[in-house]
Amino acid sequence: MNESALVLTLAASMVAAVPIALAALGELLAERAGVLNLGVEGMMLIGAVTAFQIGDSTGSLWLALGIGSLAGALFASIHAFLSVTLRANQIVSGLALVIFGTGLSTFIGKSIEGKPLDTDFTSTRWGVLADIPVLGPMFFDQDPMVYATILLAIALTFYLERTRAGLALRAVGESPATADSMGVAVGMVRYVHVIAGGLLAGTAGSYLVLRQVPSWSQDATTAGIGWIALALVVFASWKPLRVLLGAFLFGFARRANFWLQGEGVDIPAEFLSMLPYLLTIIVLVVWGSRDLRRKVGAPASLGVPYVRDER
Amino acid sequence: MTDSAAGSDIVPSQPAAIAAVRVTKRFPGVLAADRVDFHVEHGEVHTLLGENGAGKSTVAAMLCGLYQPDDGHIELNGARVDLRSPREGLAHGIGMVHQHFRLVDRFTVAENVILGDPHQAHVLNPREIESRVAEIGDRFGLPIDPRATTSDLTVGQRQRVEIVKVLYRGADVLLLDEPTAVLTPHEVDALFETVSAITAEGKAVVFISHKLGEVMAVSDRVTVMRAGAVTGEVATADTDQRHLAELMVGRPVEAATRRGSNPTEAALVATDLTVVADGQNVVDNVSLTVKHGEVLGIAGVAGNGQRPLARALAGTTSVDSGTVVICGSDVTGKGPRAARGAGLAFVPEDRLGTGLVPGLSLTDNMLLTRPRSFFVDRKAGRTEAEAAIESYEIKTPGTEVTAAVLSGGNSQKVLLARELANVGEPGGPRVVIVSSPTRGLDIGAAEFVRGLLHDAREAGAAVLIISEDLDEVRSLSDRVAVLYRGRVALEGNTDELEIDTIGLAMAGVDEGEAPR
Repeated sequence: MNESALVLTLAASMVAAVPIALAALGELLAERAGVLNLGVEGMMLIGAVTAFQIGDSTGSLWLALGIGSLAGALFASIHAFLSVTLRANQIVSGLALVIFGTGLSTFIGKSIEGKPLDTDFTSTRWGVLADIPVLGPMFFDQDPMVYATILLAIALTFYLERTRAGLALRAVGESPATADSMGVAVGMVRYVHVIAGGLLAGTAGSYLVLRQVPSWSQDATTAGIGWIALALVVFASWKPLRVLLGAFLFGFARRANFWLQGEGVDIPAEFLSMLPYLLTIIVLVVWGSRDLRRKVGAPASLGVPYVRDER
Repeated sequence: MTDSAAGSDIVPSQPAAIAAVRVTKRFPGVLAADRVDFHVEHGEVHTLLGENGAGKSTVAAMLCGLYQPDDGHIELNGARVDLRSPREGLAHGIGMVHQHFRLVDRFTVAENVILGDPHQAHVLNPREIESRVAEIGDRFGLPIDPRATTSDLTVGQRQRVEIVKVLYRGADVLLLDEPTAVLTPHEVDALFETVSAITAEGKAVVFISHKLGEVMAVSDRVTVMRAGAVTGEVATADTDQRHLAELMVGRPVEAATRRGSNPTEAALVATDLTVVADGQNVVDNVSLTVKHGEVLGIAGVAGNGQRPLARALAGTTSVDSGTVVICGSDVTGKGPRAARGAGLAFVPEDRLGTGLVPGLSLTDNMLLTRPRSFFVDRKAGRTEAEAAIESYEIKTPGTEVTAAVLSGGNSQKVLLARELANVGEPGGPRVVIVSSPTRGLDIGAAEFVRGLLHDAREAGAAVLIISEDLDEVRSLSDRVAVLYRGRVALEGNTDELEIDTIGLAMAGVDEGEAPR
């Protein structure tokens, strides 16, 4: 009985990991281009509320997911414009996205507050594979987004390490001046990846409301996942596969209560809701030390606007 | 002059690999290049020689597409081309190797080589790229491990990566901008071998330099520029250093001679000095003594501890262990004010950051180190600034413009004027520390500064010169100390040290070991 509670928790952790992983992979793209976007939480909320409204009015799951993602991308383009074109302080601009996104999603979400949504992702059972103990429920009885997320992390690893565009992206994050002199369009690369990051944050938010949350309520939707994603990028040393692993661990942490209660362990809910912000503080400590930043593998020009030196 | 005749006895059997045809380039207030003709044959090393500001870099920038000529044009193999960017230049087979490297530290050598190469497939094939990089390295005498991380490479190795980068893209014309400035003498020899391997394949090399010895050693022909115009084109075989110097400066140049010194008692004494930065001993147990009436020169490749050493001696950085004594008083860790109080004058490497305040007028900059009283005596400062402008021939609209508007050479002169004033007089500085004293100065101004430093020595000051330019160190110093990885690798009288010995020490090779 206890073992099956653990298996159920593990399977649920896979689902819980998806939005964390998607948001973190998006942030990873932006940061690899040298742009820090603290607005993940805001972009996720915008994606979530948009997806809910579309899902509510059309009943189409995939349309809701698609438009929710685009809303995240649109929102991220504000940050791209501020931090790349206007070379604004990226921390301030990112925090502005969070505050703006929180306010705007509350406003848009007024008409759907508390309303249930009856679309849901269906899981695919992979025949006998789904009957394998532990691994079966975790990997062979999941919805398409779980598989899409795993594939995305693998694809991004390949993109970063083995493609020309990935090489250009890394160069822009490490040394924009070098990239510029070698003919890489620094501004363009930054725009594309900040917006792609917003797209993924939007997807993450959409998936949250379409899959995990029974009805629209802003507080219950993201619940600090955007901040966890930010911290995760640092803990994962800006590597997509590590992000995936980390997202699973955080997903498990979010679902572990169910299992732990069965075991007779009770962790206060307040502690868990505190976790994202605690992690953010730890990350900021890492952030404060240039040495530490270099050691954990941060892109050398992360957070620094690029100004071409015109002799 | 008959110099252009000398070059014309090379009869080109095919059109020049690259040529600038009567190119002119104007910048606000300056005619940087004035109807310059310059052509390089296939398989030839052709040097553009000139002082800082003579226009050689401007011509090179037009050849590689960085600047577009206001007048005249560039020809490639006899056909006119209009290059709108360095990227376009590279696409036409013109590659520039910059003095300041453009490499991503965290990339491997191979990754740096192919960054931005439009001919790469979208999905990279690392093995193929690495073997091509290694093959180019072998072919041109540029041994380099394609998988090495760039941040682990020495300066000389990084330069090889830059050259490989250009060759990988199939460049037929290579422009090398002051390539020897950052190299040890042995690395310079290796570079020259690479240059001949490149020209042996029929490629053309443009060598940009102001160092006469190297120019004579490496080039087939030399085009000399002064004040934006060509003053002569000569085959190396038909000329000598003295003649080139004349063309460069516009008048006969006296070879700098060092007079004998009469050092007296110790003025600047550093004992077991150690400075730690980023967890490393950037200055490692250094002991130095400079006596009154003597010049000690610190040589070394850039980044071997020169800057932290200078700052530690001048009190602008904290010292982790050891002591600094200036004219008998221990100033260790007491800050720059104590050091100056003990008789120090300091010309830092960073002229406009720590030397002068860019936003203050020349007058105010002069007053910065003057005796502190509650009220500022602007009039005295202005008189002093005017005197400096007069005797140092500083080009400035006046004493009340900010230091930021001056060119590098002129702000250098202002700084020197302030620091070297009153040297040797009662109450004046008795110890002078100067980083790269003649960098950015033309030959005339450099001679003048050399004279000043000699005068300071004659007046009994102890002079410490820190420079990456070995020629400068050797021509100015009575004694030379070589810094390698923060340690004094070699110390001795200038006249008794062979240039090879100094070069080996700069490269970190112990004497007795085989070079390279």
